[in-house]
Amino acid sequence: MSQSLDYLDQLEAEAIYIMREVAGQFERPALLFSGGKDSITLVRLAQKAFAPGKIPFPLVHVDTGHNFPEAIKYRDEMAQQLGAKLVVRYVEDTIKAKGLKEPTGKNASRNWLQTYTLLDTIEEFEFDACIGGARRDEEKARAKERIFSFRDEFGQWDPKRQRPELWNLFNGRIHKGENVRVFPISNWTELDVWAYIQREGIALPSIYFAHERECILRDGHLLANTEVIQKDEYDQIVTRQVRFRTVGDMTCTAAVESSAATLEEVIAEITISRISERGETRIDDQQTEAAMEDRKKGGYF
Amino acid sequence: MDLLRFITAGSVDDGKSTLIGRLLFDTKNILADQMEAIERASKTRNAGEIDLALLTDGLRSEREQGITIDVAYKYFQTPNRKFISIDAPGHIQYTRNMVTGASNADLAIILVDARHGVVEQTRRHSLIASLLGIPHVVVAINKMDLIDYSEDKFLSIAQAYTDLATKLNIKNLTIIPVSALNGDNIVDRSTAMSWYTGETMLSVLENVDARETTNLTDGRFSVQYVIRPQTDELHDYRGYAGRIQSGAFRKGETVAVLPSERYSKIARIELGGQEVEEAYAPQSVTILLEDNIDISRGDMLVPTENLPTLSQDLEALVCWMDDRKELKVGSKYTLQHGTSRTRCSIRSIEYRVDINTYEQLEEVESLKLNDIARIVLRTAQPIAYDSYQTNRTNGGAILIDETSNVTVGACMIE
Repeated sequence: MSQSLDYLDQLEAEAIYIMREVAGQFERPALLFSGGKDSITLVRLAQKAFAPGKIPFPLVHVDTGHNFPEAIKYRDEMAQQLGAKLVVRYVEDTIKAKGLKEPTGKNASRNWLQTYTLLDTIEEFEFDACIGGARRDEEKARAKERIFSFRDEFGQWDPKRQRPELWNLFNGRIHKGENVRVFPISNWTELDVWAYIQREGIALPSIYFAHERECILRDGHLLANTEVIQKDEYDQIVTRQVRFRTVGDMTCTAAVESSAATLEEVIAEITISRISERGETRIDDQQTEAAMEDRKKGGYF
Repeated sequence: MDLLRFITAGSVDDGKSTLIGRLLFDTKNILADQMEAIERASKTRNAGEIDLALLTDGLRSEREQGITIDVAYKYFQTPNRKFISIDAPGHIQYTRNMVTGASNADLAIILVDARHGVVEQTRRHSLIASLLGIPHVVVAINKMDLIDYSEDKFLSIAQAYTDLATKLNIKNLTIIPVSALNGDNIVDRSTAMSWYTGETMLSVLENVDARETTNLTDGRFSVQYVIRPQTDELHDYRGYAGRIQSGAFRKGETVAVLPSERYSKIARIELGGQEVEEAYAPQSVTILLEDNIDISRGDMLVPTENLPTLSQDLEALVCWMDDRKELKVGSKYTLQHGTSRTRCSIRSIEYRVDINTYEQLEEVESLKLNDIARIVLRTAQPIAYDSYQTNRTNGGAILIDETSNVTVGACMIE
């Protein structure tokens, strides 16, 4: 009587199962929401997991102040539409409160500083679980991470002491002060996320589609021309037809030249692309071979 | 398109990571920038030969030592199927990581170095694949290029493996001579081994039945969470959210609630908020019952004519995973089975399995990291289980240390 489930249905069933494990096992979970396509996918999965009820946890955004305005607008509209609680904490405030030194110079990014704000936010609300949209296909340190990723009281990931994760049994037992980062779409690829967005008819922020933009051309990458990026004489200002493949900080997310204006066209382009998502667009990962591993050990999600 | 999860196991230097690299490379699943990164890293470490193994070793210490420590997941696809490859460490001290990887696999690839034949690790990896009930085992006799692609040598290793396999529970066995380094019989048929007429590695991966690990007959549904919106229009709504672990459920069907042993009928099944007539494993659904009975997380719904065992006493094969404390008779742990958790105590250790000779060693007092043994447990609350060999999702359980909260044991209930 049973049919074979399509891979997208299998991935969806697994992600919904994980969302419900979070709601069932933790007292104060939160969903980390950035306005990017992966966290937008998480929100849809959470809606389905708890329908017809509301999502039983708040959406949390760590705002670096360097986000794309289109993503922020989308975030606010979505939270309102869902009737969900939205918690926003600002890296700017952490910098001031803690007297942190902001990285300066070319390619300076607040990426590392986000960790402080995230850990403070976890402490402030006593979150015991944070759901994130990381995928194992993104990056080689992430390929090693568990779905329920244990963090100690300092928010640190210890790759050598990960809890064994067997079958579909997730162990979320922790002591007070510790927390678990949960990645329901660990097993999804970039293309799976796009295919799901298409199948579900989910609206995305406009920057994912081709538009004309003034860009900084730097080392072969196109960055949005904004005052938060420090420019020098080697940078060229150009106007190009671009779209963004990932949505991170404006300081470290590069655009791709494209004329793809619809979801179908974007998927067609990604399908034939011979460059990985992070390789094409994330400047922060290219600094050393273990950039992501080091950030995660420090508490980054 | 469906999805196949497979694990690769082998000892250090058997070429596991190279095999995955080769599969990705020959199916055109390595992207240009990843290839450049590998080329860059190969130059600094090796004599300049492109090292496809660098693709899966993700952690700094793994790259430094040139070994795989933890399970790495890789994703690729062909026009016929999507794949999740689980690259498990081969070294004996990481047996628990292999068990972790094997627990979700539909197929296991076990690598054997053609120069050495069946060795201790081969026996250990095969035992784990068998205990974890992986329905398909593919033995890749690798490095055939180093033994001049000799058919005689291949046949004698294949015979030795077949002899070993008779002592285990391996349902489907395929043995293939390969060279991961050169790509022989991985995706493309080898020209150097025209004597081999069987399938290539990719052909096996694309054609085996990916659903054999899912039990399609016994309806089992563990409640994860109770959805109660408590709004004006949904005032009386009470939905049981969970994943169908095995079998199927239909609207109108009479179900038993375990462990309370009360009965009701399914009033409604919802999938992603939409009503459906029936649902089947592994779908995540919400079930509403006709009667208002007390049900919470950890309870199980099952068809009345097909009940699991409900008991506080169980026997299980356990793989011990704690490197800090030993398992001792009389110790207490939390047992997590499905969505239920209950305290349990270890009544006795029946025997320990010598993972190399498969001998059963008796009079064992305690278990150390990576030991596999048959134990008797008593739980504080009854649990509703099936035998692991017939139902993987309802026969598997984990032991959690009550003070450290760490997962310390993997149980396969008999």
